[in-house]
Amino acid sequence: MSAHARILVVDDEAPIRRLLRVALEAEGYGVIEAGTAREGLAMVARETPALVVLDLGLPDADGLSVLRDLRGWSQAPVLILSVRADEAGKVEALDAGAQDYVVKPFGVKEFLARVRGLLRDRGAEAVPSVLAIGPLQIDAADHSAAMDGVPLHLTRREFDLLWMLASHRGRLVTQEMILRAIWGPAHAADSQYLRVYIRQLRQKLGDDAANPRFIATEPGIGYRFLEAPDP
Amino acid sequence: MTPDADIRPSPQALLTQATREGRGRLKVFLGAAPGVGKTWAMLDDAHRKHADGVDVVAALIETHGRAETQAKLAGLPQLARKPVIHKGRALTEMDLDGLLARKPQLALIDELAHSNADDSRHEKRWQDVEEVLAAGIDVYTTLNIQHIETLNETVARITGVRVRETVPDGALEMADEIELIDLPPDELVDRLKQGKVYPADQAARALGSFFVKGNLTALRELAMRAAADRVDAQLREHMAANAIAGPWPTQERILVCINESPAAREAIRVAKRSADRARAEWIALNVAQARMEALPEADKDRLAGSLRLAERLGAELATLEAEHDVAEAILTYARDRNVRRIVIGRPRPRPVWARLTSEDVATDVLRRAGPFEVTVASEPDEKPKASRFRLPRLRSEPRAWGESALAVAIASGCSWAAEQLFPVASLSVIYMTAVVVVASRRGLGPAMAAAVLGFMAYNFLFTHPRYSFHVSRQGELLTLGLFLAASLVTGNLAARLRARVEAQAAIADRTNKLYDFSRRVAAAATADDVIWASVSHVATTLRCEALLLMPRGAELRVVGGFPPEDRLDVRDQSAAQFAWEKGEAAGRGSDTLPTARWFFLPLVAGERRLGILGIAYADDRQLARTDRRLLDALIDQIALALERLRLTEDLAATQLATETERLRTALLNSVSHDLRTPLVTIIGAAGHLADADLPPEARRDLAENIREEGERLDRYVQNLLDMTRLGHGALKPRLAPQDVAEIVGGARSRMKGVLRGHDLRVELEANLPLILADGVLLEQVLVNILDNAAKYAPEGTEIGIAARLAGLCVEVAVTDRGPGIPRDDQARVFDMFYRVAGGDRQRAGTGLGLAICKGLVEAMGGTIRAESGRAEMGWPDGIGTRIVLALPLHNPEVAA
Repeated sequence: MSAHARILVVDDEAPIRRLLRVALEAEGYGVIEAGTAREGLAMVARETPALVVLDLGLPDADGLSVLRDLRGWSQAPVLILSVRADEAGKVEALDAGAQDYVVKPFGVKEFLARVRGLLRDRGAEAVPSVLAIGPLQIDAADHSAAMDGVPLHLTRREFDLLWMLASHRGRLVTQEMILRAIWGPAHAADSQYLRVYIRQLRQKLGDDAANPRFIATEPGIGYRFLEAPDP
Repeated sequence: MTPDADIRPSPQALLTQATREGRGRLKVFLGAAPGVGKTWAMLDDAHRKHADGVDVVAALIETHGRAETQAKLAGLPQLARKPVIHKGRALTEMDLDGLLARKPQLALIDELAHSNADDSRHEKRWQDVEEVLAAGIDVYTTLNIQHIETLNETVARITGVRVRETVPDGALEMADEIELIDLPPDELVDRLKQGKVYPADQAARALGSFFVKGNLTALRELAMRAAADRVDAQLREHMAANAIAGPWPTQERILVCINESPAAREAIRVAKRSADRARAEWIALNVAQARMEALPEADKDRLAGSLRLAERLGAELATLEAEHDVAEAILTYARDRNVRRIVIGRPRPRPVWARLTSEDVATDVLRRAGPFEVTVASEPDEKPKASRFRLPRLRSEPRAWGESALAVAIASGCSWAAEQLFPVASLSVIYMTAVVVVASRRGLGPAMAAAVLGFMAYNFLFTHPRYSFHVSRQGELLTLGLFLAASLVTGNLAARLRARVEAQAAIADRTNKLYDFSRRVAAAATADDVIWASVSHVATTLRCEALLLMPRGAELRVVGGFPPEDRLDVRDQSAAQFAWEKGEAAGRGSDTLPTARWFFLPLVAGERRLGILGIAYADDRQLARTDRRLLDALIDQIALALERLRLTEDLAATQLATETERLRTALLNSVSHDLRTPLVTIIGAAGHLADADLPPEARRDLAENIREEGERLDRYVQNLLDMTRLGHGALKPRLAPQDVAEIVGGARSRMKGVLRGHDLRVELEANLPLILADGVLLEQVLVNILDNAAKYAPEGTEIGIAARLAGLCVEVAVTDRGPGIPRDDQARVFDMFYRVAGGDRQRAGTGLGLAICKGLVEAMGGTIRAESGRAEMGWPDGIGTRIVLALPLHNPEVAA
């Protein structure tokens, strides 16, 4: 695990940088900071951080254009900091290649969970073929899943969906990503299918959308498999 | 409404009057009662003049032993008083000769109503003042309202005290300027009690009798009316500023009778003037008679114009129908409406025979007026002309003449047949019948023709010598006379009857058209509707093209047309401009630019010009006179409708401004309270965390506290932002299919901290269909409602979220077991900054949350309501609050 991964925080607000530095360093990450877009881009190029935390509202440039610039030459995952009023900006940022977002103001716990999700397994050649998340066991090799040892009867698509979400656990998976991967590029906009399948899957997992243990909804954006489901 | 410009004396005229050469100017300080401070005000003014270098002399000041007046007098040159003996007592009077000899620029002479001692040159002081003024000295004087002669009686009735010293009204008329010294009755009574007016013992007596508040109020109004009568806007403003109720308690009205005579206009002006003076309402009455329809066009125009003038000047229009006793109708109406004064135009001289049969209405009214005050107004310039006897109309259509001939032919046939069968002595009766029939059917002309023809036929066919027109016997001439007389009488009757029927039909037609229009206009809610209804109605009624122009910024723009038309050529444009600027008709057929294609009339309501109505005919003919009257009536209605809308809009704008102001205040309060409260906790807790050496338990508590308060602050800011966006219409929901359960999940996780103290129960119906909503906004709505519920429901109680399918909606209900919302307030909780009064129980909140919920839900096409909790989830009925959202389904067809 990349305990010593270096994380670049690009935000013009010093108090926020300080908060994030304290929180991240307590978790054992190395932190570098930038207050402007220019500085931030320079640092990505120079320091090649394992993760970039990027505020969308920077004084010298629009966060989105920074992101597009960055995506031209860097593969470092990007975690967006956005404000709630800027729903459209958030979606655009995800389209432009950001991996995940947190909405300001956020809890440090939530922020750290995102960071962990984005840094997990990066660089590992193979995703393990068996995942064990709380009471849930998923085996990619024989397409089977079990809850507390009781096998779940999942259709092929339901299993694919579960596998995709679970293997990205803690991370945001957008509707489009899922639709492309499971239904194919032609269906990238058919979020209806997805809803139906998510609902069925939740039912089979015994999950409650109003109080999710496994699959949380990010309204209008996608889903997130909760990292450490409540027992 | 401002009075008609030509009624009030122009400022120029007042000025001329004031600088009557050689004479001094008189300024009267008018008060309602002793002690209001007239003398003081006069001295104050005099001091200012003195300081300006005017030569002021206090010729006579009555201080009544008041110390403040005495003190005020200091510094002004004073004239020594002249000792006199009055009824054996030694008194002092003003030294008139001394004053005239001293000849200051300005003399102060207190108490205009004073009666001089016996040996003085004049009996009354106002006569002294007159002499002083004549000597070219300006005079300041004081006067109490009860001393004015004509008001003396009224004052005595009001107060029970009759004053002996009076000044004639004319003395007040001398005044070039009147300053009303006004003191509210309460203050005057206070001054009296403080002994500032009379010595203590006298004051007590005065308080018991004269200085009763009711008296003082009445006197005050009297004084103001007297002043307003004389003077101008300044005083009116003063009255307005002091919010003194206008008219007298007994609502006296003034009635002006209007007919087609030119004197009616003057009568209207007279009535308007007295109504203004008396601050009374006035009514313009027109007695409709059938004869009116037979009037010459010019008279009809004048009548319509007079009625419109009255309406413009603010009269209430009334119409009565009476054929015979017009005076009685007027007087009855006047009695019914509590009219005090009747204004009527001087009658035009009438022909002798008309005077023999009946009196004219004005004379009749005068004779029988009884308690009414009747004013007869005559036309100012125009020489009244005796109306000439007019022959009844003899012209008829050709068919009528034909009918006369036919009738005579038939009568001849009948007579011949009758003669063959049995010898009838007088065949002329048959011809007479024919004449009467023609008269009743076709009127006078054809009847007379039938009479002559009939006589000739009778003469030719049946009298001796037969087959010749020779009249041999006197009796035959009598027959002709009878024929003619019968035809005259019957024909006249028939003609009148027909004129009446036609008139009624015309009136009915016009009334219908107007009624139809007013109904259409009344139904119009916006200016555009009124404009459209107006042009289309004018166009269809007059069978013409119609246009409406209104000012838009600096220029006059076409705002509606039927058929639609939006540009005018230069000539028409300038005709319209002229009509707008001058407020007169212009364009085709008028005096101005008569060759233009369009005819324009201004739309005027009160004194405001609202726009211009234009009409044009396809064949470019001119507007017919009868149509012009209808158009005038329509135009007045259009103007009134537009004005009504404008006033409504003004009112709405004012209310909006007030509402905005209220909201702004509430917002400021909210910001200062709701932003600060969480900050207090955060700053305090953070400080404590940094400084103190605390056990880990306490640290966690403090940190948790900071987080929760921070979140609260965040919600508040979010609400402010949403409110602003809603207010600007900048909030555009991104509607997408949503699963209610997911939204509930999101809201719940965000509110975990706030809801910790409560037991949250979620009961969503199985297999709810998807709804169409903006997920983020809906989550915000739920967060606000949950926040509210947590705020009002006691800790440890349950908060429920339930969702069920209800028709084509999904209803999401959040229920708490708090104190509940009174039924009457249930709709108002969604108002901005509204909070149910809760006394000390009330917890910090913005009063914004639910208002924003309503805004957001409605933006998404849903509804929200508040009701009392009901029996569900095992709870008893009627406890707590239930906020219910109804959100539309994504796929209504599937659900249905």
